[in-house]
Amino acid sequence: MHTLPQQLANGLFLGSMYGLIAIGYTMVYGIVQLINFAHGEIYMTGAFGALAIYTNLPSSLSIWAALPLMLIGGALVSVVIAVGAERLAYRPLRNAPRLAPLITAIGLSLALQQAVFNWYPDAKSGKRFPQLPGGPFHIGSVDVQSGDLFLLGAAVICMLALGIFVRSSRTGRAMQATAQDPDTAKLMGVDTNRIIIIAFAIGGFFAAVAGLASGLKYGQIQYNMGFQAGLKAFTAAVLGGIGNIYGAMLGGLVLGIAEACATAYIANVPGMEQFGGGAWAQVWAFVLLIVVLLVRPQGLLGERVADRA
Amino acid sequence: MRHRSLLILTSVLATGALTLTACGSRSDDSKKGGSDSSGGSKTTVVIGVDAPLTGANSATGLGIQYGVQIAVDDANAKNLVPGVTFKIKPLDDKAQPATGQTNATALVQEKDVIATVGPLNSGVAQSMQQVFESAKMVEISPSNTNPALTQGKDWATGTKTRPFTTYFRTATTDANQGNFAADYAVNTLKKKSAFVVDDKQTYGAGLAGIFQGKFKELGGQVAGTDHVNTGDTDFSALVTKIKNSHADMVYYGGQYDESELVTKQLKAAGVHIPLMGGDGMYSDTYIKTAGQAAEGDLATSVGVPVETLPAAKTFIDTYKSKGYPGDYGTYGGYSYDAATAIIKAVKTVMDANGGKLPSDARAKLVDAVQKTDFDGIAGHVAFDQYGDTTNKQLTVYQVKGGKWTAVKTGVYNG
Repeated sequence: MHTLPQQLANGLFLGSMYGLIAIGYTMVYGIVQLINFAHGEIYMTGAFGALAIYTNLPSSLSIWAALPLMLIGGALVSVVIAVGAERLAYRPLRNAPRLAPLITAIGLSLALQQAVFNWYPDAKSGKRFPQLPGGPFHIGSVDVQSGDLFLLGAAVICMLALGIFVRSSRTGRAMQATAQDPDTAKLMGVDTNRIIIIAFAIGGFFAAVAGLASGLKYGQIQYNMGFQAGLKAFTAAVLGGIGNIYGAMLGGLVLGIAEACATAYIANVPGMEQFGGGAWAQVWAFVLLIVVLLVRPQGLLGERVADRA
Repeated sequence: MRHRSLLILTSVLATGALTLTACGSRSDDSKKGGSDSSGGSKTTVVIGVDAPLTGANSATGLGIQYGVQIAVDDANAKNLVPGVTFKIKPLDDKAQPATGQTNATALVQEKDVIATVGPLNSGVAQSMQQVFESAKMVEISPSNTNPALTQGKDWATGTKTRPFTTYFRTATTDANQGNFAADYAVNTLKKKSAFVVDDKQTYGAGLAGIFQGKFKELGGQVAGTDHVNTGDTDFSALVTKIKNSHADMVYYGGQYDESELVTKQLKAAGVHIPLMGGDGMYSDTYIKTAGQAAEGDLATSVGVPVETLPAAKTFIDTYKSKGYPGDYGTYGGYSYDAATAIIKAVKTVMDANGGKLPSDARAKLVDAVQKTDFDGIAGHVAFDQYGDTTNKQLTVYQVKGGKWTAVKTGVYNG
């Protein structure tokens, strides 16, 4: 078990990524009760946006100087697409039966994936992404890559900023009000359309941060990377209690750590040899989800049973 | 009213998405189709190509497509079969068995298609074999290496039965490749303890199993095993396991798409042991993606290095001068030879029928291909009673100075 600290760290990094993407699912669901299945693709376009900036910068510029520009570029692409999707695809369907926006989201997801596949230069197979120099750093018995540090740092900063924003700012309180009851919030003078757009924009920004971090960590991005990541992040959001931003981050971390530990330790349990290893990690992640939902149907930090879902 | 317009919007979006999907796989292929037939009275014979042309494995898949393209262009230029213009019809299987089967059905239904070169993946081949068998249509794979495809599922116990008479391949099997790799690891590299990983696919799991068996038989120890999913990108948990197992090498059964990330993450975590794999990861893309981390890694591949073959020089020059995408190094030469085997068989069939293509040309072609016997650009081309190539050459490559360098070429015996 002396690899436990390293495996926990592996899970922590993976989980931070899931958590960052899960924020987008949970915020949008909390406010408009829409599961935005195109969110995984918003994460993907964020990564491609960052890469497009990097390839167009002079090669003499160091990666550290390029990093803020890449973040701005990726965030711009993601936020524009997320807000555009809300304005053009979801808002017209806001009072439609619940299935209509859901199908639209799936269609949008396919369209975005194919758009990148067709029109981004050479995106038909994996694209190489620059990686941060330096590392690995040894902290006790744990090895940490510089890409991991960026990811963890970004996740912590984003999460703190979001927490303060939602709790203390005027807009944040308006968001909470809209989540509780959109009609009453409107009567109280909250511009709910503006709040919804802000929710999509924040989700898009977080997805872009995750996309950039993913590229830096793995050194490769693909046009279809959003599908699996989106599915995992959605699971994380449900696990943590959909609608709750802290729940999304917690759900992501739990999911990431569960996957890492399942890969490493399930095979050591007597009689379970054939159920261990990387191939079964996702199965165990979903077993965990089912168990949690059986005991706490509202998710880990969910405050109320989803009465409108 | 409002709802109706929204429904229309949704369906337009969905249709748009579907149309885009449909275009995606073909957009590139049609541009670089066969050369136009200029002679008006000539018969057009089409050779189907099935390989992953986009996404995972596409670097080596495109090598197959353009390998066949060059063979067909050469045959047309030299007028190898008088009165016939050859064309290719490339289909993208995305390395997915289900797509491969759809493509096989499409090729069979097109009456101009006489035979097919492909697919790249053994798992995809499994889903296509029956379709071609029912249609009596020849399929020659330049790259499938799983032994069961030609020798039946009980090949390991010595009872070999050929399941499909229309299936041939120019690559030798993993029974040879896995053993050759284990032999090199134990006897040349002096490795004692291997961590074996595979991707659960027909090819990867089969190859890793054969390597593991032989490695143990030769006195090596298996420090651990694990499986990954194709499409995974995070292997940190696996890397920690490998590190902790104190293995002195990693064997990976699978494709370059995952192994390049495994080796990268392995070396980044400070585990400087070589990763060895099969023909699925012998691709320039592996080195490009893994960069410095690839240094010292090994791969076995089928055949002798195509660069060392004098006959292949023109082929490589043509490939480069036309600026075709993909890696010709892995299967390009074998694809050229597979297509040439079909072209020669077409000639045999036509000669026997007074210079005309018979109405049951596909079925007659099966016999003609079985009797194939010529010197191709990648070695001698002939098939044994199972449809396997008689050319059992294998090569071990190692990444040295950012390039795959051949370190041992030979035949595995016993």
